[in-house]
Amino acid sequence: MLEVKDLKASIAGKEILRGINLSIKPGEVHAIMGPNGSGKSTLANVLSGREEYEVTAGSVSYFGDDLLEFAPEERAQKGIFLAFQYPVEIPGVSNVYFLRTALNEIRKANGEEEIDAAAFLKMIRKKMELVEMEKALLNRSVNEGFSGGEKKRNEIFQMAVLEPKLAILDETDSGLDIDALRVVADGVNTLKSKENATIVVTHYQRLLDYIIPDFVHVLYKGQIVKSGGKELAFELEEKGYDWLK
Amino acid sequence: MSSETEELESLANQEYKYGFVTDIEADALPPGLDEGTVRAISAIKKEPAFMTEWRLKSYKKWLKMEEPKWPKVEYPEIDFQDMVYYSAPKTTPKYESLDEVDPELLKTYKKLGIPLEEQKILAGVAVDAVFDSVSVATTFKEKLSELGIIFCPISEALQNHPDLVKKYLGSVVPATDNFYAALNSAVFSDGSFVYVPKGVRCPMELSTYFRINAQNTGQFERTLIVADEGSYVSYLEGCTAPQRDENQLHAAVVELIALKDAEIKYSTVQNWYPGDENGKGGIYNFVTKRGICHENAKISWTQVETGSAITWKYPSVILKGDNSIGEFYSVAMTNNYQQADTGTKMIHIGKNTKSNIVSKGISAGKSNNSYRGLVKVMKSAENARNFSQCDSLLIGDKCGAHTFPYIEVNNTSGKVEHEATTSKIGEDQIFYCNQRGLDTEQAVSLIVNGYCKEVFRELPMEFAIEAQNLLSISLEGSVG
Repeated sequence: MLEVKDLKASIAGKEILRGINLSIKPGEVHAIMGPNGSGKSTLANVLSGREEYEVTAGSVSYFGDDLLEFAPEERAQKGIFLAFQYPVEIPGVSNVYFLRTALNEIRKANGEEEIDAAAFLKMIRKKMELVEMEKALLNRSVNEGFSGGEKKRNEIFQMAVLEPKLAILDETDSGLDIDALRVVADGVNTLKSKENATIVVTHYQRLLDYIIPDFVHVLYKGQIVKSGGKELAFELEEKGYDWLK
Repeated sequence: MSSETEELESLANQEYKYGFVTDIEADALPPGLDEGTVRAISAIKKEPAFMTEWRLKSYKKWLKMEEPKWPKVEYPEIDFQDMVYYSAPKTTPKYESLDEVDPELLKTYKKLGIPLEEQKILAGVAVDAVFDSVSVATTFKEKLSELGIIFCPISEALQNHPDLVKKYLGSVVPATDNFYAALNSAVFSDGSFVYVPKGVRCPMELSTYFRINAQNTGQFERTLIVADEGSYVSYLEGCTAPQRDENQLHAAVVELIALKDAEIKYSTVQNWYPGDENGKGGIYNFVTKRGICHENAKISWTQVETGSAITWKYPSVILKGDNSIGEFYSVAMTNNYQQADTGTKMIHIGKNTKSNIVSKGISAGKSNNSYRGLVKVMKSAENARNFSQCDSLLIGDKCGAHTFPYIEVNNTSGKVEHEATTSKIGEDQIFYCNQRGLDTEQAVSLIVNGYCKEVFRELPMEFAIEAQNLLSISLEGSVG
């Protein structure tokens, strides 16, 4: 579904990604690991279309289309979901209203009818259980005053509702205690299917105890320097990143 | 929340139920203003002698006054001798069908969710016989008169209830108050009068919105609302649909009187023509709005201001009676070259008086948006409380937001709190919305509506959704 070829990208003139190659098929879980500053978050942002990042070379094909041609909202409508490393607060906009607007925009873009209020409420109730989210968070403003764990849980909750084809989790494990980590991972695992794929961007191996990847890629200085199976993550945990440099 | 929204939407999409018409017929006066003009207006309206005298006194005072220069707005000098101070309302429709109306205007009506029949009225199209607003108005009036509520044009009130008008007119905003109030007092054309008797709770929102001839009440509108002891009334003014007018200057006066234990809720949505994107044309809106609260009374002003080239407006409350409450909730949005200088005055005189101010300014384009507010606690006002929150939101980097809070406290038991914030819509907020499938225009509209939520929830339900839509339309083209 996703073919990244020799992708180069920079921010404010500084080259961060220096030729990324990545191939992802439906049903797969890919982990992108690497030390700070290796370009992990940049890759996540470039794939979701953040404007500050300039793609200077290479191509990204998504279900045969040129992904880089699409605006961020079009990518979202086509099933790309980014779970933010730092989820953004939107004061005065209730979580549930935000989510319903998002879902309906995605549905409209795909030629589906807007979901009615009753069906929507029924659906989100189920998804809330999945990520053990408190009901009270639904009517609060988007991420406003949420704890770090609540924000991350809210990202996974949104993912559960929007049912993306390609989910990118950007350091979703950072700042989570072990219980929250388990809940987030359970959510991701439950949502996994043969049709969708997940990219887990993480610094630590810890999350991969809960979300078992099919492939692990090590990113270093803007390039994938090593790829392997899940055992590569354990090796990294043991040896650190230095041996790869 | 979402079921509530649904409810709001369906309510907002209903046809408006109320309206009334009046019969005033006279020719237009020639341009210019002198004593003769004032006498002529009074004579055309067959006003009682006291009213003619009052107008003349106001006129003489106005002659000695100067235009205020302190607001942070700029405009070319106004020639007061070049204006027409009275012209008869037009009764013949401009168009035969909606097909003749500017399609852009119709598009806006549609976005606002204004019902078809109402669109016709707003655009000046002949209305079908099916839609008999006169009979609607009659049932509406009957219901009110059963309760003893008076709701009529002020010209009619001067004929039928001169004592009430005489007692209260100018009692809150004296003719000498300011330049534009004096001018209005001399030449006001018409407006609304409301009287709610003791202990009566007005069962419906009184609204100028649907009055077919409301557009023609002219540039000097006068509104007087009296809520007698223990009564309650909610009044809606204005219209979300874009209002075009040949008159550039509008100087209205609104006076509210809340007697002991009474409550008045006054909501405004103002969307007058703001001029084109280069700042040409557009209406100057110089309004004086003030209310007085007697013992235990409460007055709430809620306003959503998106129109006019220049807005100069400070709905205020004099908290005269002990334990009285004044509230001001405002959203003022400016785009392109619009200028707004708006805020409130809360004058605490009685003991244990409370006031609450929430002001949300939004500036986009090259516009300037100022909040100007006065909180005054008099010596007599033991235990007065005020809380003010003034937030400014900037869209783009060519606009300006300014806050001028004035606080005078003359009683040490008073407690006055002021909070102010200025923020920009963040790129990260927009990208977050984009990444969830919303385009940038929707994202900005969502963020702005969230920012204004505290004010919108004070609006009567049927106004709230339209106000949100209005804000989204006003924001169009402000990003990108």
